[in-house]
Amino acid sequence: MYELKFDERQCLSCATQDCLTKCQYMNIDRDTAKREILKIAHGEDSFVLHDCVTCYACEEYCPVNNHPFYLIVEQQEKLNIPPLPQPIIRRGINTGVPFRGEPEIVNINGRALNMGVFSDLLHLIQGKLFTGLPVISTDPRKMFHYFCQLMYLHYARTSVIKERLPKIIETIRKHNITDLICFHDECYGTYTSYCPSVGMDVPFKPVHLFEYLYNRLNELKGEIKPVNLKVAYQRPCSARLCPDKHHFVQDIFDLIGADHVKREYVDGNALCCGGTIRGQRREGSRKRAADVQRRNIEDMKKAGAEVCIFNCPACYTTMGEMVAQNGMKPMFMSDLCRLAIGEKPAGWR
Amino acid sequence: MNSVYESLVKIVGPGHASNQPEELFIYSYDLGTTEPHRPDYVVSPRTTAEIQEILKLANKERVPVVPLGGGMSLAGLAVPFKGGIALDMKRMDSILEVSETARYALVESGVSQGQLTAYLERHHPTLTHSEPGAPPAATIAGNVAIHGQGDLASPYGFNSDMINGLEVVLPTGEVCQFGSCSIGASWFTQHPLPDVGLFLGWLGTTGVITKISLRLFPCKKIRGAGQFVVEDEELVPEIMRKLTHTQMTEDIVAFSQAIPPITSGLQTITVNLAADSEKELEFKQEMVWDDALGEYIHKGVGGFLGFTRGLERPQISKTSDWRKGGGFEYVGSIMPVERYPECYRRGREISEKHEIPYTVLGRCIGAAHSMMFSWTYAFNRADPETIRHSREALHETDHLVLELGGTIWKPGLYGQELVKERLDPNTLNLMKKVKQLLDPNGIMNPGNWEVG
Repeated sequence: MYELKFDERQCLSCATQDCLTKCQYMNIDRDTAKREILKIAHGEDSFVLHDCVTCYACEEYCPVNNHPFYLIVEQQEKLNIPPLPQPIIRRGINTGVPFRGEPEIVNINGRALNMGVFSDLLHLIQGKLFTGLPVISTDPRKMFHYFCQLMYLHYARTSVIKERLPKIIETIRKHNITDLICFHDECYGTYTSYCPSVGMDVPFKPVHLFEYLYNRLNELKGEIKPVNLKVAYQRPCSARLCPDKHHFVQDIFDLIGADHVKREYVDGNALCCGGTIRGQRREGSRKRAADVQRRNIEDMKKAGAEVCIFNCPACYTTMGEMVAQNGMKPMFMSDLCRLAIGEKPAGWR
Repeated sequence: MNSVYESLVKIVGPGHASNQPEELFIYSYDLGTTEPHRPDYVVSPRTTAEIQEILKLANKERVPVVPLGGGMSLAGLAVPFKGGIALDMKRMDSILEVSETARYALVESGVSQGQLTAYLERHHPTLTHSEPGAPPAATIAGNVAIHGQGDLASPYGFNSDMINGLEVVLPTGEVCQFGSCSIGASWFTQHPLPDVGLFLGWLGTTGVITKISLRLFPCKKIRGAGQFVVEDEELVPEIMRKLTHTQMTEDIVAFSQAIPPITSGLQTITVNLAADSEKELEFKQEMVWDDALGEYIHKGVGGFLGFTRGLERPQISKTSDWRKGGGFEYVGSIMPVERYPECYRRGREISEKHEIPYTVLGRCIGAAHSMMFSWTYAFNRADPETIRHSREALHETDHLVLELGGTIWKPGLYGQELVKERLDPNTLNLMKKVKQLLDPNGIMNPGNWEVG
């Protein structure tokens, strides 16, 4: 069985308790933070388990990589403190059930891009940036065989992740892939952060999409024309699992001449899209989500952004329309990169 | 019989009547499980006068006439069981008048739902009509004639409750008008003249509707749908009652289906809201999600899934894609809302018995005065065994509807027989008299509502 590698001594000796003191959704001082995280570690109830919006950020804030977020959601499940109402949890768990046959296993013998559960977004991986790159999970009927399952952190159901994920990894392994470029950084975070945290083997090398895009843009450097757009970036929750790759956002913007506007809610201080918060059990969740979204978008506007760049399709679905209503263009990073090399992206609206 | 064909050509002109097998084939079946029956002629009139002539001819020659609009009822209602003339109304497709102030549209009976939707969006964006869950090619007249419902069912009721006036050609060829139009006034009301509601629910057996004045409703600038989900089907009636109590919703539909798995075993409730401003929308959202349904969220037994702007008109036909072969038919019923849990559970049992992925749906009508509850059974058109299973499931469901205290909506022949067995004898006798009075030669859509 896969057990979370959490070391209580790390928290006892932690000088900052950043995991909880930096939380943007709870106001917690250092002493309280230390007390509550230890209570959680000991399997006791804590208000944190009830008030957590499951934004993943404490995973990034923790200075010693002790996985406080994974601990929180594991304890939420053990103590039956679900952050979401039970019907939403059941619906979510049903979502990942494959129901239309087995996928076709193609022998890749090299690197490949994994669309995960976003097979219907193939229009986002077109053009020179992706030419010649093998792609797996291109059939929406079969995409749940490639679903990294990490979404169930929001549902406090790590048991589902632990049960299903080895089968997903095995399906990918059968493709004989050496380097797996992950379309969504939730997949990347799964294989580089979650799997090691519970001792699950990953038989391929995960590659972050932005790292791939950055390297590919460098190969096409001669074709880049500065986009000259003022851009804001909607950092998704899953990006908290791979903060070491976050620099590629700025690197790409610099390379293609995008002006990354100066904002309050950026980088470590980024705000959640609100998609998960909206449905939580806690009283006032719908309004809380709306308030987070309003602050986020106002911050983008105030900073002068013309375009809001997305990484996560779920963020895009949740916020894209609001962004557009506020006079900014919602756009995926890959589309922005295509613009820079003179292509007209399919998703450009 | 050739003389009938030649007479039809004379009435509607060449190109609008046919006795050719390839065209007769198309009109011999609908998309459900009903066995096909080929008509002898197909005719597509353009005017009320042409229909009068066709019906006079049919009476003279004792030839059955089967009127149809989009031909999408699925229950075999426009299948020519006894041959004769398939009367295709699609060429009568003029939108004759729209009143912005009195909020109605006068349309010919071949006007489709999609046509009216597009017309209103283009020319009268502040008005809308209650569009059913059928494909856009379904006609306005076909839908009201079967007591259909649409996406304004809550709070405005059946689409047949939205009629301001009718023009009908009687089986013997006379033209009658009903409502304010019958005294030469505009088509603004059906009431308060003596009620002669002889043409709705009769499935085309008492006359041919040629014009309809249909009530329109305010179309707000922002329209969208939110979703709420519960596991316990017992909660659905109470939720429908609470939602209708807010008087803020345009449509409330609860559904559950085995495929895709995301919906399996859950009751998903789609709630349409409309507003002219962000302020109005937020007020309504607060009333609906926070005040009316908040307690379910805090208890953890109900979940708010979000609100999406823009209406994707739900089409039950999409469920046909969940099984290889693309066929489906459903039993619809008009049912008390409190029967939702049993309808769901018993429907699942029937589906599972016949190895068909279950699909059920309940649309709230009025202020939860009733609901249209449907059980859909998919089949493979190329596999007679799955068609047989679906047909048996449909028949079992017809029995279920009556057992649960509902009425079968737009019943096929099997369902009609069950209803007739239970009908009050005096009512049945009155129906017989009405039918004999209006259609003395029994030419109209024979097989359906045969009370003689």
